[in-house]
Amino acid sequence: MALKVGDKHEQVVIENVNRTHIVKYAGASGDFNPLHHDEGAAQKMAGYPSVFAHGMLSMGLTGRALTDWLGVTALKKYGVRFTKQVWPGDTLTAKLEVTDVTDGVATIKVVTVNQNGESVVEGEAKATA
Amino acid sequence: MADEGFEFPVDRTQVMLFARSLLDIRPEFSEPDDPATKAVGGIVVPPTFVQCSAHWQPNYGLDLTRPRKDPPAPRAEGGGGGGGGGGLGRGLHAEQHYEYHHPIHVGDTLTVTTRPGNRWEKEGRRGGKLMFSESVTEYRNQDGVLCVTATSVGVQTERAVDQ
Repeated sequence: MALKVGDKHEQVVIENVNRTHIVKYAGASGDFNPLHHDEGAAQKMAGYPSVFAHGMLSMGLTGRALTDWLGVTALKKYGVRFTKQVWPGDTLTAKLEVTDVTDGVATIKVVTVNQNGESVVEGEAKATA
Repeated sequence: MADEGFEFPVDRTQVMLFARSLLDIRPEFSEPDDPATKAVGGIVVPPTFVQCSAHWQPNYGLDLTRPRKDPPAPRAEGGGGGGGGGGLGRGLHAEQHYEYHHPIHVGDTLTVTTRPGNRWEKEGRRGGKLMFSESVTEYRNQDGVLCVTATSVGVQTERAVDQ
């Protein structure tokens, strides 16, 4: 799609995360770690205030922003670090920006932030330019 | 040394459920007759779909209620195969990386093999020593073609982390 350095895409990928979103991801992905659906376990096992979303839910939602922007066949690589937990009530916005285009392959900086502007995942993707 | 692997059939309902859990209603992930789907050779999968192989991973450690003939094997550090995830207790999922080599379509049967990757340590600010470990999972289709390489980085802390 003729990407060039500086091209950007910003997308709200989820508004007001709730426990149903989290449980639905658990069921679909098979990740039934109780920290993500069992409030008592999250509090007693680990001292968290409540359940929190799977990091992979944030990565998957951010992946949706990538495919919405680039289409479903463009990605060559996609990787992130999980930088902050996502809690019920959070709203996430994916921010994507092309930082390099070499030999027809675009490097895309990937950051998804919560409603306070704090990043929850940070990483990079490579895609057919 | 990779494990012997397991089979992961890519089924239309599973792809729909996974896409829906990511609030994704693109036709290419659920509607076989849509022109957009036909243009990519049939239903394809979201970028992180291979995580669903957890359902088929025999020793998957993050589903304690799964009925089993035998108790689950002790879970490998660093994400434990296709499922990724941070694990129970003090393990956390630190990073996840995918390389896409060949498209995955509904109807494929993927063979999933996992091997340990790099290990390293770092001094954490709050949790004491941080021990990182990678696990590298390859997904090959029924023709033996490598479709996706997934690298999961897990981190174990000496003490519980307060975040």
